[in-house]
Amino acid sequence: MSTDGTGFIELDGVEKVFDVRRKAGLLRREKHQVRAVDGISFRVPRGEMVGYIGPNGAGKSTTIKMLTGILTPSGGRLRVAGIDPSRERTRLAQRIGVVFGQRTTLWWDLPLIDSYRLMHRMYRVPDARFRVNLERCVELLDLAELLDVPVRQLSLGQRMRGDIAAALLHDPEVLYLDEPTIGLDVISKAKVREFLRDLNAERGTTVLLTTHDLTDIEQLCKRVMVIDHGRLLYDGGLAGLHEVGESERTLVVDLERELPPIEVPGARAVRVEGPRQWLAFPAAESAAPLVARIAAEYPLVDLSVREPDIEAVIAKMYADRSAV
Amino acid sequence: MRLYAVVAAGGFRRYATYRVATFAGVFTNTVFGFIMAYTYTALWDERPHLGGYDLSQAVTYVWLGQALLMTCAMMGGGFEDELIERIRTGDIAVDLYRPADLQLWWMAGDLGRAAFHLLGRGIVPMVLGSFAFELALPRDPLTWLAFLFAVMLGVVVSFAIRFLVALSAFWLMDGAGAAQMAMLAGMFFSGLLLPLNLFPGVLGEVARALPWSSLLQVPADVFLGKHTGWDLAGAYAFQAGWALALLATGRLLQTVATRRVVVQGG
Amino acid sequence: MAEEAITEASVEASGEASVEASVEARAEGVPAAEAWIPRVSRRAALRDGLRAYGLIVGMWMRSTMAYRASFVMTAFGNFAATAFDFVAILLMFAHVDALGGYSLPEVAFLYGTSATAFGLSDLALGSMDRLGRRVRDGTLDTLLLRPVPVLAQVAADRFALRRLGRIAQGLLVLGYALLTVDIDWTVTRALMLPMMVLSGAAIFSAVFVAGAAFQFWAQDASEVQNSFTYGGTTLLQYPPTLFAKDLVRGVTFVVPLAFVNWIPALYVLGREDPLGLPDLAAFLPPLVAVVCCALAGVAWRAGLRAYRSTGS
Repeated sequence: MSTDGTGFIELDGVEKVFDVRRKAGLLRREKHQVRAVDGISFRVPRGEMVGYIGPNGAGKSTTIKMLTGILTPSGGRLRVAGIDPSRERTRLAQRIGVVFGQRTTLWWDLPLIDSYRLMHRMYRVPDARFRVNLERCVELLDLAELLDVPVRQLSLGQRMRGDIAAALLHDPEVLYLDEPTIGLDVISKAKVREFLRDLNAERGTTVLLTTHDLTDIEQLCKRVMVIDHGRLLYDGGLAGLHEVGESERTLVVDLERELPPIEVPGARAVRVEGPRQWLAFPAAESAAPLVARIAAEYPLVDLSVREPDIEAVIAKMYADRSAV
Repeated sequence: MRLYAVVAAGGFRRYATYRVATFAGVFTNTVFGFIMAYTYTALWDERPHLGGYDLSQAVTYVWLGQALLMTCAMMGGGFEDELIERIRTGDIAVDLYRPADLQLWWMAGDLGRAAFHLLGRGIVPMVLGSFAFELALPRDPLTWLAFLFAVMLGVVVSFAIRFLVALSAFWLMDGAGAAQMAMLAGMFFSGLLLPLNLFPGVLGEVARALPWSSLLQVPADVFLGKHTGWDLAGAYAFQAGWALALLATGRLLQTVATRRVVVQGG
Repeated sequence: MAEEAITEASVEASGEASVEASVEARAEGVPAAEAWIPRVSRRAALRDGLRAYGLIVGMWMRSTMAYRASFVMTAFGNFAATAFDFVAILLMFAHVDALGGYSLPEVAFLYGTSATAFGLSDLALGSMDRLGRRVRDGTLDTLLLRPVPVLAQVAADRFALRRLGRIAQGLLVLGYALLTVDIDWTVTRALMLPMMVLSGAAIFSAVFVAGAAFQFWAQDASEVQNSFTYGGTTLLQYPPTLFAKDLVRGVTFVVPLAFVNWIPALYVLGREDPLGLPDLAAFLPPLVAVVCCALAGVAWRAGLRAYRSTGS
């Protein structure tokens, strides 16, 4: 239909403006506008796995709500699988899966399997298809023992796995995950990530992931989008984030003895502890010339390079933007 | 003491924040007030001086019922749902180790709530009712004071009953059943549906002797000038007696329950 | 009884659901040539809504059965709460022979028809006043992600079988009334009885839906709805002669609750309408019900649209 081939999810200058009433005086209410999403454009091809990150209130969940058809955009153009979500919400619902990490869609007092049977009938999944999908989810998400357990008795990690399965039984082409690993222990997190990776690789399911846990992004997504104040700050590879964020790598140098801070062009000493020194240099630069120069001028024993912390990079990005 | 005053103020503020809900509640109280006032008018037209009230006193009784419905929590609602939930989830253990007394803590909060409901949900329906019906409002400011005191005792009795209901959750799996029974009793025996002096024979005598009559029947009679002098003292003694007996029972249950929690290690 | 109530209820729920679904499909900017398409899908949407309502109701019923003892107790409580209501009326009649010119059996007839009609809609849609809470805590969004009409999901939300207690009580009082009341039975009058109970249930259902729609704007206002539902049924349990003419006019022409039982019941009882409406009015409840449901559907879809553009 209207897909021009490049994007499975397409946003062109999408906006969402809310009217907020604020108390001003005893009875008077002042109306002002909040641009929760302020002209966002991006394209996600079929089968890609994208991280969508930003601080609280940045516009992440507003974007997800527009992509799923819950909210109607105030402006711009938006298509998912060629469908305008706000206009054909129920038709789109058949083709998407959504998992809200902090909100279960499972039936609290009933065995897990009952929720799946409801999905089966509500989404009108053909019987054979349903059986295959359920078996697959049960195997990969380790749900066999849990199917007959009432949901209220499941742990947080088990429930999250249960929720992910519930979102996939109707073969959605795109999966939106909102904080899928929040509150989970390390093992559950690993299990969830592994499952998502397989799902994306084998089924080609397009995944859009919002999270606060950047390990999720590092382990799952090649591409990441950063949003703040309703605008895209960054859209590209994980590696590229460092350039944009002007981040620095660190060279840890062990010398034969205590010396004054090393002085070389293109790097600066940030910490000295006995014979060990830490030098910061731009992440985009190669470490090789720096190492050669230090080896030539100083009594070098050992050295190592530390990659920048993605969390720090993003925090710096937000800070830079707020300063503008 | 200071602590409990703060808790009470908190209880007041907590309900005061829901303005739309308060407005909606006032609307409901007014609608029900109108329906019942018309019904009573028909009843008293047929039988003037029924139950010792004249028509305007009967209609006033209706509007007092609407004004005190939330204040005295006749149909329940308020702190007990929260307390039941805390008992159910085990959070109660935290409360028991607090340096404040459990019963007084919740009572202070409930008194704060009642004060808000008297102001926020009691006055407006009464005023609206007085536009459409001739109400028997006391002339003597002392009667108003006497009434307020009776209402306060009514709130304490109501609290004491609901505290017992909530504590039952320590022993019953599901506090909802007890809460529902209390709601039914409160609705019927407070005199909300019909003044207790209209209940015939033994039913009437029993109903008037039960604690729930402290919630509406007694304060309403004080308001309508049915209790004066020693009789007023007797009415107060009735309310206070029930309040003390029920609070003491609550305290006893609380002690037993505390021991239980401590034994189970929370 | 249970089955009957449920089928009847699902018909209503989906009737309204179809309106919503077709409107969503129609949303602004659809070319005129396509304008008729939603009409075709209207029937499908109705069927979808009905089916989804049934599915979700089934889940709630199974959840209820997980706490069987609690269910029995609350069903009894539901019965008892409404029974006290009628006991109060009995106590009144301990002091008088007639209220507003109506005998006890006649009042019982009004009570039974009103309580049964209300009980049916309460069973079908009684938890719709939770919509405001769902909007506030954001759980409404999860319903918007499903491929079935939102109205059907909200209507089925927290479906509570214990509300059968209220219907049982209404039917009991109605039975008592039919045994004792002095009615000059004709075929028309006999047919009037199921007609008014079903139409009445539909009118109350429209009030439930409209009340829920109002909560899209005022999330804490569920009590306003109670005034019209619980207040309405209380009002209709007493003879219209008790109330001021203006109030009776209000519930006839503005919020047409009088069509639930007053107007048709007065016809059955062979009594004058206090507003002097012609006998023909007694046959209008089905029509009034249809109009009310349509208007409630309009209110609902306006509310949902407002929610989807404001998100709160």
